[in-house]
Parts: sequence; C-alpha cells; structure tokens
Amino acid sequence: MPKTGRMRRIIICDLQKCNGCQVCEAVCAYAKEKSPNLKMSRIRVLRVEPFLNIALTCRKCEKPTCVKACPRDAVTALDDGSISIDKDKCNGCAWCIESCEFGVLRLHLDNKVAIVCDFCKELGALQCVKYCPKEAISYTTVEQAARKSSREVAEHFLAEQSTPTAQP
Amino acid sequence: MVETKGYAGKYIVFDLGEGKGRAEAISESIATNLIGGYGFGARTLYDHVKAGVEPYSPENVLAWWTGPLAGTVAPTTSKYAVFARSPLTGFFGFGISSGGFAYELKSAGWDGIVIFGRSPKPVYFFVDDDAFGLRDASELWGKTTWETEELVKEELGDDAVRVASIGPAGEGMVRIANITNDRNRQVGRTGLGSVMGSKMLKAMAVRGTGSVEVADPDGLFQFSMELNERCKGPKTEKYRIYGTPANVLVHQKLCCLPSYNFQRGTFEYAEEVSGERMLRTHVKKVIACTNCPIACDHVNEVKDGPYRGTVASMDYESLDMLGPCCGVRELDMITKAVQICDTMGVDTISAGVTVAWAMECFERGILTSEDVNGLDLRFGNAEAMIRALELLCRKEGRLGRLLAEGVKRASGVIGKGSEKFAVHNKGLEWGAYSMRSLKTSTLGFATSIRGACYLRSGSYQVDVKGTVDRLKLDRSRGKIVYEGENSYAIIDSLILCKFIRGVLAAGDMSKLYTLATGFEMTEKQLMLAGERIHNLAKCFNVIHGASRKDDYPPPRAFEEEMTDDGVRGVRITREEYDEALDGYYEVRGWTAEGIPTKGKLAELGLVKEGEGIGIG
Repeated sequence: MPKTGRMRRIIICDLQKCNGCQVCEAVCAYAKEKSPNLKMSRIRVLRVEPFLNIALTCRKCEKPTCVKACPRDAVTALDDGSISIDKDKCNGCAWCIESCEFGVLRLHLDNKVAIVCDFCKELGALQCVKYCPKEAISYTTVEQAARKSSREVAEHFLAEQSTPTAQP
Repeated sequence: MVETKGYAGKYIVFDLGEGKGRAEAISESIATNLIGGYGFGARTLYDHVKAGVEPYSPENVLAWWTGPLAGTVAPTTSKYAVFARSPLTGFFGFGISSGGFAYELKSAGWDGIVIFGRSPKPVYFFVDDDAFGLRDASELWGKTTWETEELVKEELGDDAVRVASIGPAGEGMVRIANITNDRNRQVGRTGLGSVMGSKMLKAMAVRGTGSVEVADPDGLFQFSMELNERCKGPKTEKYRIYGTPANVLVHQKLCCLPSYNFQRGTFEYAEEVSGERMLRTHVKKVIACTNCPIACDHVNEVKDGPYRGTVASMDYESLDMLGPCCGVRELDMITKAVQICDTMGVDTISAGVTVAWAMECFERGILTSEDVNGLDLRFGNAEAMIRALELLCRKEGRLGRLLAEGVKRASGVIGKGSEKFAVHNKGLEWGAYSMRSLKTSTLGFATSIRGACYLRSGSYQVDVKGTVDRLKLDRSRGKIVYEGENSYAIIDSLILCKFIRGVLAAGDMSKLYTLATGFEMTEKQLMLAGERIHNLAKCFNVIHGASRKDDYPPPRAFEEEMTDDGVRGVRITREEYDEALDGYYEVRGWTAEGIPTKGKLAELGLVKEGEGIGIG
C-alpha cells in the first residue's frame, strides 16, 4: 500500500454510485464472522427513501468519542487512527456506540462486545472496497477525495460549455 | 428435519382465524425434490387447496416461500414467492418479489410462512426471529403501501424491519391487487394482494438477526464473488444502464412493442418513452435489491409540471402497459400512473391492459360515457388514464367497479364482442410482448402455469434474438417452451433473479445449490426437478379445471392481421398454433388435452398426484 505522508486514509462512499445493495455488508460479515449475517457487518448501509443510499464505517476521528465514552478503557485509538476494542475489557455497555456521531459501531450479536471496522488489517485488502460491485467505496485520503470532487466539478463545468470561446 | 444446509429447515404454519400457529419441519426429500420457492409453493397449493375452494374463502392458503440461497452471500437471491389460488385466474396464483424481505426472513430462521383462515379484524403478521404472531392493523387499514411500511417500522421502533404490505386496492379486493415490499418491489401478478385483503391481513413484517448456515462457506463466497465480477460484464449491461426500459426501442424495431391495447406492435412516439430518453430526463437514482451486484431499479422523478415531485420505480412492463398500450407518450404521466399503482397496490401490467381495453371499448362505442364515469377515455388521454386508475384502485363508480375485476371479467360483464380485445390468458393480462410478431413467446405465454407471462419460460428470447423465425410457429417450438419452463422453474425455486441468468454457465445453478446445501445435485437432476415442479403445479391447475382450452392466446392473435410496416398482414393461424401446442404437449408427455399422463407423473415421482387428478 502506498505511503500517504501525514495524511490518513479513510473509507469513503460515493453517493452517486452507491445503490444500497449491501454487498459490502455481506463480504464484511463473511470476512469477520464467516457468516452472511448483515447485522454483523462493520460497515453499515443506509437507505433513506427515495434516493439516498450510503455505506458508512469508522471515520478515524481525531478525537474519537468512542474512546472517550468507554468507562473501562477498552476502546483505544491506534497510531493510524483506527479503533481497537479489547474484547476482554469490553462489557457491552454500548456507550461507545451511542457516542459515535456516525453510528458505525455495533454490538456483536453473540458475545455482545462492541465491534468496529479494523480496515481489514489481517487480510491485506479491504473487503468492502475490493468487492463493491459499483466501485463506490474507496480507501483514500480526504485530500484525494476532495481533489476528485474538484476534478469532477471542473469537468462538468467544461462539458456545460457547448461552444468553447478562446480568449485572446 | 432437513439435514441439508442452506435451508432454515423449518416454516411457520399459522391460522388467522384462531390467531395461532406452529413451526413445522421441512423434510429432506421435499427439499431436494422440490428445491424451494416455486417448488414448495406448488406442494403447498396442491396439498391444501382442493377443488371448490374459492380464492377469497378462508380455506384458501397464502404461502410465502424463500429458497435455499436466500440469506446467503450468493448474488440476486434475496427473493421470495407468494402463492394462493388466484382470484384472477382461478388457477395457480404465484408471484415473486425481491428487495430485502427474503434475506430477513431467512435470517430470522424460516424458509417460509403458510397462512390459513381469515382474521375477524385487520391485522399484520410479525416475525421476530423465533417469535411470531399477529398485531393490530386497524390504524393501518386504508393506508398506502408506502405509508404502511413507514408506520409499521415506527410502531415496532425499528426502521430495519422489512415489510410487505397491501394498499387500499388489496383491502378492497380489487382482483388485480398486488403485494409490495421495500417500496418498489412487488409480488405483482395474479391478484395475491386481494387474497391478503380477503384475510384482513394488511402486512407481513420481519426481523431476523441470525445467520443462514451453508455447507461450504468458503466455496460459496468465492463462487459468489466470481459471479459478482461476471455481472459487471456485457450480459447485464442492459439492466444496469437503462434498466428494462431499454426494451422499448428494441421491441419497436421488431414490431413487438404492444400499443393501443395490442392492436399494433409499434408506437409512433416510442422515442419519447424509450429507456434512453428516460435516463436523460427522468431517472434520478438507480437502486439495488439486497445482495445484488447488478442494480436494475430505475427510480424516476418528475421534475416539472402538475406532477412535479412524483417518484416511481420504472420498468419496461409498467412503462409499456401504462404508456404505449394506452397510447400514452408522456413520461411524467406514466410515472404518475405507476406511482398510483404502486402505492394503492395494484399490478401495473394488469391495470394497464385493463384500462387499455376500456379505452378501446370507449372508442368503439361499446362503453358509453356513463359507463366510464364521464371520462374522455380515448387512447392517449393520459389524464383520463390516471383518473381511471384511481377509480379502479378504489372500486369507485361504475368504471372503477368494472375495471377492478380485471380484463377477463370486465369484458364478460360488458359483452358486445369486447371479449375479442380483452388481452389475457387464463384471466391474467398479457405482458408487454406482442402476440403476433413473437410467436414462440406467445406459445410460452399461453401455456404458462399462472396465465399470460413472459417470465415462466422466457420463450420470447429465441424470437427477439432471431434464432427462430418469430413470425411462424411449428411443432419444434414446443420443446423450446418446455426447456425454458423447466429451467425457469429452477430459477424460481432456488430463487435467483432472472437478470443474472445471462452470466450463468451450464452447471452454475447446480454448483450454487451444492455449495449452499451440501447436497450433490447435477444440472440434469435439477432440470428433472424443474419438470417435476412444473407438473405438480400443472396438477393443481387440472384439479381446478384446466385443459387445452386454457392454453390459447386471445382472439386478437388469430383474427386480426398486424398493420405495422414490416409485419403487415401477420397473424397466428389456428392451424400453426394447434401444431405448436401439440408439439408442446408431446414433449411434455401430456395428452392432447394438455393433461399430464400417468407415465410422465410416475417418472417424476408424482404417482399420488396423478391419482389426485383422476389418473390412477
């Protein structure tokens, strides 16, 4: 994986492309639980009728509320910004889940400990990114995501100019 | 109890009258002989709905079945089917829907739900993992399908619950009423929404938090990801880019785009209602069902005019039936018409064909102004079409009450020769494939177990692709329909979406089945199961009076010549149709009257069913 300097990568969902198919949830649940249970996924797909679809997971916040909320110090932020949850310390109180502004943590349905995206470190490749059928999910820096948006808006602007006028 | 994986291994049997139910196990022999979905539904209807059971009586069953792949990672498998004796046809009533409902039901630990009886008051059924039961729906009665979904989620305090419901049309027992889940997905055909209405059952809500166990998780995952990858290729491009409305211009070229109540096979304004145009002017978002890598659902939004803000999911069938078939060319109005059907809960195909029939009757002077509530019900009058749909959905006025019965009964009431342009088979309104310019298709529509339907054999494909002469029929077409029906019976039992069929190679369906269930099954065995399922469903139809007479297209196919350039003068002759139908019965191993023979049923392990239809 290429170096990104001082910038962090996060998982970004392209709202134009995301259609709410939940394949990311299925592959995540399989990777983490060997199960097709969408409710065990570490990425969450939300559909707001009639048009909005989005896949959301850990945003690697600078001051993670989930870390602060945990009364047992079970939730810690690692150097790369990702969140680690100590299964033995966690007692399933779910304050971290409540505190998360993005609602991207969950309680494991069987053992009732908090679970969160670990960016598939042990697998090498992020499964949601790899298998999204529409390539709507990317693992990138916000800088790159912003540059992409700038480029798209510029291209759109250019396309709108039906007759380009050359300025002297 | 079934040992094979993939299946939940159990289903709910519930009596609405008693308000009580129980769990029943699925035997391994039923699982492997009948696969799931369509096969299980055929079993339920054959076993429980005897001759004389009226569709709206409490004795009629309402069965919900998934397949062994639902709730797994296998693509396009979050599908379920609903079965009952159809109030529209009197025969095998059956419809398939997708969205997220089936995934949820399997995750709750159930393969299906078989409902009997009638509730004394409006109720909805809630499955919450192992627990299930009825909840009061008096506040929901009268609400649209979209409102019902929201209200049930609100009441249960869980917006992730999946809901399938009927609208006011189903409550009022409009015979062409459907069932809607996830807003835009319908169990559309054969009037099953009105069976729910007759049982005072407003909705089904499901929450499932478990997992479906499969025999080979790694194998199924790897193969599913391979299929997902294949779905990015050209075989699904049509569905992904334009959605099924891509058919409009393809069918226009082949003169098989039904317009003006199937009088013609082309539409002079086809360009204006094409998938290409719609994508530019109306499609706001393309969405997917749960675990589908394709995503075909094109959701339209009306941007200007009196219907500004109207939202509806648009597919080819809805578009043609409420567009060209009614002579209507304004996408705004077609979108509005689909929204009315979806929210009120009627089938867009049946509604479109029924209104188109009324338009033709009105133009011919068979229906008077009084009959049509004073509407100027000419072809192309979109406002009149919309008003007629509203009346139909609520059985309002003379016109509403007439059209709510579907085209077969409506034409029976009116008479005066209007039966000749009531376009249906077995009472089910014809889909958007012209009868005379796609003749193999027509044979498949007419032999279909549920009445006029393109999805029971896919026999239109050889016509559209040009692998046969689509303007002629002969004995050999029977085999094409036969093979299509057997294969589609398996697709409908596993249950897979038909839109993935293009990327499946020979052996892929049996591979999916074996990976999920652990039960070795060859493609040949699967096709034999398909034939078994089809014959079982056919036995049901025979019990309810079906014979050769029910396997014909309507008079328009035989009696009128086409007038479109390119196919001018084309019609189906009785002789060529009879020859093709004979060929079909022969390859099926049925009698010339279209009744399964003792030998064929024995070969398929259906001896008891043979005795049931008097073939001892």
